[in-house]
Amino acid sequence: MTTAAEATSYEAHFRVWRGDTDGGALEDFTVEVHEGEVVLDVIHRLQATQAPDLAVRWNCKAGKCGSCSAEVNGRPRLLCMTRMSVFDHAEIVTVTPLRAFPVVRDLVTDVGFNYEKAREVPAFVPPQDLGPGEYRMQQEDVGRSQEFRKCIECFLCQDTCHVVRDHEENKPAFAGPRFLMRVAELDMHPLDAADEDGLDRKRTAQEEHGLGYCNITKCCTEVCPEGIKITDNALIPLKERAADRKYDPLVWLGNKIRRRSS
Amino acid sequence: MTQVERHQWDVVVIGAGGAGLRAAIEAREQGLRTAVICKSLFGKAHTVMAEGGIAASMGNANENDNWQVHFRDTMRGGKFLNQWRMAELHAREAADRVWELETWGALFDRTEDGRISQRNFGGHEYPRLAHVGDRTGLELIRTLQQKVVALQQEDHRESGDYEARLKIFQECTVTRILKEGDRVSGAFCYERESGRFFVVEAPSVVLATGGIGKSFKVTSNSWEYTGDGHALALLAGAPLINMEFVQFHPTGMVWPLSVKGILVTESVRGDGGVLRNSEGKRFMFDYIPDVFKEKYAESEEEADAWYADPDRNRRPPELLPRDEVARAINAEVKAGRGSPHGGVFLDVSTRMPAEVIKRRLPSMHHQFLELADVDITAGPMEVGPTCHYVMGGVDVDSETAAASGVPGLFAAGEVAGGMHGSNRLGGNSLSDLLVFGRRAGLYAARHAKQLASARPAVSDAQIEAAAAEALRPFSAGEGAGDGADGAGTGAGGTPENPYTLHQELQQAMNDLVGIIRREEEMAQALTRLAELRDRARRAAVEGHRQFNPGWHLALDLRNMLLVSECVARAALNRTESRGGHTRDDYPEMDREWRRANLMCALAEDGAEGAGGRIALRRREMPPIRADLLELFEKEELIKYLTDEELTAE
Amino acid sequence: MATGTEPQPKLSDEARGARGGVRGGTRAAISQPHLRKDRWWLAPAATALGLFAFVVYSTWRAFANADYYAAPYVSPFYSPCLADNCETMKGGPNWALFGDWWGLSPALLILIFPLGFRLTCYYYRKAYYRGFWASPPACAVAEPHRTYTGETRFPLILQNIHRYFFYAAVPVACILTYDAVLGFRDEHYAWGHMGLGTLVLLVNAALIWAYTLSCHSCRHIVGGRLRHFSKHPVRYRMWGWIGKLNQRHMSLAWASLFSVALADLYVYLLATGAFSDPQLF
Repeated sequence: MTTAAEATSYEAHFRVWRGDTDGGALEDFTVEVHEGEVVLDVIHRLQATQAPDLAVRWNCKAGKCGSCSAEVNGRPRLLCMTRMSVFDHAEIVTVTPLRAFPVVRDLVTDVGFNYEKAREVPAFVPPQDLGPGEYRMQQEDVGRSQEFRKCIECFLCQDTCHVVRDHEENKPAFAGPRFLMRVAELDMHPLDAADEDGLDRKRTAQEEHGLGYCNITKCCTEVCPEGIKITDNALIPLKERAADRKYDPLVWLGNKIRRRSS
Repeated sequence: MTQVERHQWDVVVIGAGGAGLRAAIEAREQGLRTAVICKSLFGKAHTVMAEGGIAASMGNANENDNWQVHFRDTMRGGKFLNQWRMAELHAREAADRVWELETWGALFDRTEDGRISQRNFGGHEYPRLAHVGDRTGLELIRTLQQKVVALQQEDHRESGDYEARLKIFQECTVTRILKEGDRVSGAFCYERESGRFFVVEAPSVVLATGGIGKSFKVTSNSWEYTGDGHALALLAGAPLINMEFVQFHPTGMVWPLSVKGILVTESVRGDGGVLRNSEGKRFMFDYIPDVFKEKYAESEEEADAWYADPDRNRRPPELLPRDEVARAINAEVKAGRGSPHGGVFLDVSTRMPAEVIKRRLPSMHHQFLELADVDITAGPMEVGPTCHYVMGGVDVDSETAAASGVPGLFAAGEVAGGMHGSNRLGGNSLSDLLVFGRRAGLYAARHAKQLASARPAVSDAQIEAAAAEALRPFSAGEGAGDGADGAGTGAGGTPENPYTLHQELQQAMNDLVGIIRREEEMAQALTRLAELRDRARRAAVEGHRQFNPGWHLALDLRNMLLVSECVARAALNRTESRGGHTRDDYPEMDREWRRANLMCALAEDGAEGAGGRIALRRREMPPIRADLLELFEKEELIKYLTDEELTAE
Repeated sequence: MATGTEPQPKLSDEARGARGGVRGGTRAAISQPHLRKDRWWLAPAATALGLFAFVVYSTWRAFANADYYAAPYVSPFYSPCLADNCETMKGGPNWALFGDWWGLSPALLILIFPLGFRLTCYYYRKAYYRGFWASPPACAVAEPHRTYTGETRFPLILQNIHRYFFYAAVPVACILTYDAVLGFRDEHYAWGHMGLGTLVLLVNAALIWAYTLSCHSCRHIVGGRLRHFSKHPVRYRMWGWIGKLNQRHMSLAWASLFSVALADLYVYLLATGAFSDPQLF
């Protein structure tokens, strides 16, 4: 079987962005590729044989940790889940760092934006009257939030989203698909007691996390390596929930009356 | 004089996996200022790779389950070599730790009546694993990560600073634990991004760095698993125990080569998957060892009936503990009955409808489809053993997780030794992280509180030495630089490529100290390790300190070489087969060896040479408490304990 | 082995800031706005072309105010007919709500609703934001606009009223179904007949229903807004069905757009006498 692998190896053409905050350029490499390999294997071979200081972030190499996010031929991808078999042998494979975030070095970017946004979403509020071990939830009630919790935080959705990718100035106001999905996850959590705490997640989604910036062009869903239906199952339902609060005249009237009477 | 930034904290946790984060949360909830230092980004730790579940005897799926049964299973799985007190605490506290996760927002799969669903796993008598599909580790890490964020939000409300009392230093590596006298005073670190050095001063340091799998070629472990915590403890003067016990998970992917070793979760078997050889035979029935004969089915009919009616049938032998299954697969492949790529077949496609497979094993379905072009709903997977977990680790106090001999040093999770004995049961890892992560955080906090203002200091000399050691790869080959640990003696000679050294190390460990071991091979491994250690001193790197993976690897090599030597040396010494340690030349389990822990410590300066850097010592284990022994039948105990131990109780 | 191209010096912050986005500030210095090699422009171009063709056709037909009735079939563009100047359609959707002061084409009165429904539809929004406004043209392809506020301000904040158009779309679908049922007559209004036109109207009504029900707002109203599905088993099940339909929302949007135009064209051909309806029974 090793001979089989050798028989199917070939020389691939790679173009990898190398540089840092002071600038950089795409560099050409010719590198051996074996059957069944992924782009990350090839980057590792470059490190071991030609460019020992080529910076790349990676971890599990099994599509579970979401560390090796980069852009291959202009598309945001996980390097460990991009198989070489999808490219022609003669094709030049271009690998660049994520282009929505500040570059650190080579393929590594500063993804701090995402960690800042994570902090801005108020955490799960446990119900007051239930102790550990007393939680009862039905499978159908946890199903929706479970889908969002499949997220491996690769931040490809944050990278591809044009709201921040093309408009740096929107970063302060917009949480990005990943963290709007987090708001949706908590709003759909069957036992989240944020309401009792006076926290209206639907309203804050729009007022504090920039839900309105999303124009549902679905690139986040397209790039999600976990296949989470971010737009259809998280962002649009969240928009509808915000509409319940803000644009439904009956609800609005009801709130007005209640506020007045209290 | 190296000028480095110094940060003052009460508790420093090294590692941000399940154990590290749980420890940090506990220390912070005790009111102490806590820092976490991790090599990856926050939330990317290797814990995300855990798939099957968290073992906890909540009794949701079978009400006969309780902590005593869990304790019994754990001891059996570890072939009675476990530190029994750890196994007891673990079994008693696991359920609370799981329930606590729910109050932090975790969403486990549910039973009909809305409680946490539990699944079957190898070696567990009842369905016991709380799970979320086959991505339980991700749920665990995300929940802990979000709890950390929740605490930071709390601090932000109070002080306006998210990081006032709990800070994550992500993408930073610790290269040395610093001490004043005997006592821990802090840690020396560098930022991977910038290459900048810094020192965290703290009276309590918790090691939660995980395992050592990257010393082996075929492994399910990520790059982080370079045995950092093991090596840091050794270098700080804390001994390691049980290092000969390395778990080879029976089912890793074998094809394509680029993904060889990636884990195939045990839930595949827990949910009904079966192992077959190239002749189509369910071979596991031929490999049930005597100690487990009464517990496992003898025919396929009985095994299949167990899934529906576990009370009246015995479990299928595919669910034997991992060491047994791994050895069986190894034997089948050696006998020429393997699959085309050198594994065996693991099949769920003929056992469950495609829809059920996709629902219960979504990431496995995804993983095989994406990486190997195999649809597991339509055909079998090819699987083979892969290095998965090290049972050995820092010798700790069972109650407090304090490392022996070094006040202020604590260890929890995979880096701590003893809890799992000679072999870990699936699902016991995640619960171990939570139970002992919390304990380590708690006692680390108490230790720091006790010291109050009388904290050990960090001397400039230590910082100098650590910095010089870390910078050596940049000047290697120029003949400059001495080992800060006193082991280096001039580094002149041809520079070595750290990547090549790493590959050779992995090959040597895989071939010579792998799943089946022999005396000559292990002796040979020690010789090779000595050579590699010599060459590693000349490991040279290009470029500068900013995010330089070659440099990072050169530094990690020290750790991998140290732990590899521990594994080889202890394995050579233990002349029996038990759990994760199988010897061709001593195939039987020896009751005399049951009582013995092999302890690895750093050899005295100058002792290097033939003896290597590790000194081995044998230690008697404390006798198991009588009421715990009573949980077992006499006939079972006879297989493990010596006559002398049995009469003593 | 590296045969690097010339390194690109870092631009001054001002120069880069002016270019913005992926070529701005602290991002990796890559001068191309995108590096995609596939035919990423194909989908937005096709979308734009398809929508444009429909707009042209429907504008012409809506303002024509003629050839929209060929007994027993009425064009979906003119149903229900709300003005006095409508053609008389026996048993048909005449409902002169607006009386005789309305002099323009009656289609304009009713088309506002389906138009609004589709204009604010979550799928069509994606389609025209990408196709017409290039915001973004395709994923990871830099958009040409200097600033972007999305749907946070007037007028785009009005997209939030989608659900009211959904409420309006339901009676429209009912009326189109009624029209299709009226198609089971012959040109002399005798019941029990069916022509090719009946089939066309039926298919159109079915697609309109499928598109309307698969709407995200509908999914939300039916069950999506609930927190505990387990307490509302019937709505949960309906939510599940609509969820399945919703996954096809895009295809249904196009199919129903096509079918509505086709149904109108068919009636037009009959009304102008260019074609005669094949009677099936």
